[in-house]
Amino acid sequence: MDRTEGTGHEAPRFPLPSEIADAPGAEDWRSMYPYFTRFQPEDDQRFWFYNSMHFPEPMPAFDTITAEVPYSAIGANTARVFVFPTTLGIEHRIVNGRVYITAIPVTDPSEIERRAAIFGERASYYYQNWDALYEGWKIRMRALIDEIESVSVPALPEFEDAAVVMESRGVAQNHYLRENFHKCIDLFSKMWHHHTEMLMLGYGAYVVFFQFCRQAFPEISDQTAARMVAGIDVIMYRPDDELRGLARLAVEAGVDDLFTEGCSPAAVLASLAERGEGGKRWLAAFEEAREPWFNVSTGDGFYHHHRSWADDLTVPFTALPRYVAQVRDGSLGARPTEALRAERERIASEYRELLGSDEERAAFDQMLGLCRLVFPFVEDHKFYCEHWFTSQFFNRIREFGALLARFGVLADAEDIFQLHHTEVDQALSDVMLAWAAGGPPLGGAHWRPIVASRKRMLAALKDWSPPPALGPVPEALNDPAVRMLWGVTQERIQAWLSPASDEVRGFGASSGIVEGPARVLMDVNQIGEIRDGEILVCPVTAPSWAPVFGKIKAAVSDIGGSMSHAAIVAREYGMPAVVGTGDATKRIRTGQRIRVDGDRGTVQVIE
Amino acid sequence: MTSAIVRRLSEVGSADKPSVGGKAAGLGELTHAGIPVPPGFVVLAEAFGQAMDVLDRSGSLVRSVASLSSSDVSAIARVAAGVRERITALPLPGDVVAQITTAYEALSRGGAAVAVAVRSSATMEDSATASFAGLQDTYLAVHGAAAVLDAVRRCWASLYNDESVAYRRRLRLSEDGLGMGVVVQRMLRPRSAGVMFTRSPVTGDRSVVAIEGTWGLGSALVAGEVTPDCFTVSKVTGEITGRRIGAKLRFHSFRPNEPGISSSAMPLALRGRPCLTDDEARALAAVGRRVEEHYGVPQDIEWALLGDDPACPPLHGDPADHIRLLQSRPETVWAARSRAPVATPKPRASDHVLAWLEKPL
Repeated sequence: MDRTEGTGHEAPRFPLPSEIADAPGAEDWRSMYPYFTRFQPEDDQRFWFYNSMHFPEPMPAFDTITAEVPYSAIGANTARVFVFPTTLGIEHRIVNGRVYITAIPVTDPSEIERRAAIFGERASYYYQNWDALYEGWKIRMRALIDEIESVSVPALPEFEDAAVVMESRGVAQNHYLRENFHKCIDLFSKMWHHHTEMLMLGYGAYVVFFQFCRQAFPEISDQTAARMVAGIDVIMYRPDDELRGLARLAVEAGVDDLFTEGCSPAAVLASLAERGEGGKRWLAAFEEAREPWFNVSTGDGFYHHHRSWADDLTVPFTALPRYVAQVRDGSLGARPTEALRAERERIASEYRELLGSDEERAAFDQMLGLCRLVFPFVEDHKFYCEHWFTSQFFNRIREFGALLARFGVLADAEDIFQLHHTEVDQALSDVMLAWAAGGPPLGGAHWRPIVASRKRMLAALKDWSPPPALGPVPEALNDPAVRMLWGVTQERIQAWLSPASDEVRGFGASSGIVEGPARVLMDVNQIGEIRDGEILVCPVTAPSWAPVFGKIKAAVSDIGGSMSHAAIVAREYGMPAVVGTGDATKRIRTGQRIRVDGDRGTVQVIE
Repeated sequence: MTSAIVRRLSEVGSADKPSVGGKAAGLGELTHAGIPVPPGFVVLAEAFGQAMDVLDRSGSLVRSVASLSSSDVSAIARVAAGVRERITALPLPGDVVAQITTAYEALSRGGAAVAVAVRSSATMEDSATASFAGLQDTYLAVHGAAAVLDAVRRCWASLYNDESVAYRRRLRLSEDGLGMGVVVQRMLRPRSAGVMFTRSPVTGDRSVVAIEGTWGLGSALVAGEVTPDCFTVSKVTGEITGRRIGAKLRFHSFRPNEPGISSSAMPLALRGRPCLTDDEARALAAVGRRVEEHYGVPQDIEWALLGDDPACPPLHGDPADHIRLLQSRPETVWAARSRAPVATPKPRASDHVLAWLEKPL
């Protein structure tokens, strides 16, 4: 589609929000989303970009909560809590199912000064006490996780338990239907507030260090700067490490014959129970590893259909046979943490030596030190928030869906994700009333056609190619949050204006050049399709993809940056990776031979 | 035999610059640093001095040059041409002829007349402040002792090239005691060759080595006849951070018993093909880094990658074994610039973040 509408003397611009036509077959998409996500006429005057980093797919109605709640939390953090001097918060809009965002910068110098005074004091407090605050953060986050795990859906039996009377509780279960649902939403909101609590400051440390590196070493790649920062004992490696451990144990306990390519998790687990002591030992270790490490999501925590390993054991069981084979032939090493640590130190000290003066070296030490201080939070919070908490959150919502299905309001438990959370509220009220009155709920006739039509619309919206940006090209990109979190720069905007025809461009995240057949996967649940030696092309690479990295030659993703987990894992496996291409999954087809250049950040279709 | 006026390159080093000239001293120094250079010898500056003593016993010739005005182009051309003519016509003492001939034949290893490069090595060249780059002559693919002797005299004479004289007059350098050694080295028949800087020539970044190269002799690149392939290699990680393949339209080579370099159309198959693999680029960068470490300052290096077949198949084995350096001198452009520190330390590390966030972008 046309990226620009500029005519000769006009400044170049992207399509305006008001010019976007409804995607064919999804003309009624607006009915899926609340009014406050709609573009307004005056929004044509502003620059918006497609947040493909977090929302690479059209949004099911319920899943818009993963935009609404985070933006509510991030803006509060930057605009109101820490009072960032040059940015307020982020606004989001949905068009044709896609989330577009823009930031509201502060540009008035006196306003910046007024805010800076408050910000300096507050931000310093967090930086000065970072480790202690992070320890406290973990305790609070674990408490939130415990809470979300313990939320129950009332059974709504024919008769209440006698205890309601004998203990004079006085409140019937249908009340808790709404209360507990609200609790899920409220906990999700709190989780996101804590998520942003330290993250913006953490990214600030990164940006300053990266900027310093680029000024001192104009030719340095982001990935090299990232390697000086990268942590070694990062929680996100744990799930994969656990799998390796389980593979070793399988061989040691003599049950490795059960782990074959394409094996069924249920069948393997059943067989293990009959394999005596060895099987018992393995199952015990499996249970141990599962909680919490299998709470890792197959996505990034923004869509309900990205299930966790615990929910979909085929993901870990796709990796296990491969690891088992590597244990047998002796090729499965432990992560060479000491070597990685030494390499990180070598790189940092050699760049340090190349600096021009001792003054620069002292500044470098300060900035690198700060990055390493914040690194554990920046890297590990994802496991607690987007993976562990969010997997549990969606599962609780699923349980409410099961109840709605049991009462006939929905055809299937999963259909709850076709309703906005405020619509779920209505459906639950319907059930509460019906259970109380003894009649049938009315929702079946109301919601089922809506759900069916929304599913059709989502399928149609998948075919729509969202422009990377909308509105006028900004004169200056003056919002630090947009640069920090999304890496949107003037160069990036220029690239969006004039997309290269034969080349898919992104960020080189791990160096090297390889050629091979592409395997385009739109969904992690398809990872079983990957064959040895293929190049993975996917919308987003999340940590849970780690097991397939042993099979593939290179990785290409639509979204992600040089600090994304895919990038880190690719570097560890020493394979080229290009991330943040925007549309690789649309422009490349499975089976095509492609060349991935992890140095230049390009992908070429050869045939 | 009187005193030796010829020394093997491997026997000289930086300290010998006054007697062998900058180029020879540099090449000898590289050998000592364990960096291979093509085998060869240097005709000491003393031989030039003796020749000038014979030619200009009264010093009037030198004085006529010294009195030239740097702006009087026609006078420079007239006087300089006269001096060059007399130097090239000068009969060499039998002892000098014998020593050069013996050294040349040793390079031939008793075989047919080997092709050599005869290169000027002025005693004042390649100081850190003035490069004198390209002002004196180099003769490539010289065959036979007689031709070598000729080329030696022409190198001496090139001290009086119009540009050299004008350059010295402009800088008001003394004409007394000018010295000129001459390097005679076996010609390489490289698969690829070019130059490298041990910092980015574009940004001054000291963390990278910038390599330019083409197929065949590097003279095609130096002469500007090709758009070279460019590689930028990180010194720290070996990562190739830049790679641009040039349109290499001309190919420089030489033939046995045919003097000089022939320039021909680059075979079609090679024009758009990179003249270096990534591994070779990394190996070159590693050598560049060693040279820089040896001298302590960024270097401007001429390199060649050995390979017998000019049709250029990939090399086998460790690329490092195929690398030869033809020259290394201090980089002068960025060295002369001073740069404000990118950042200076602040009372607290977090102040860097506050400072960044407190100013409008």
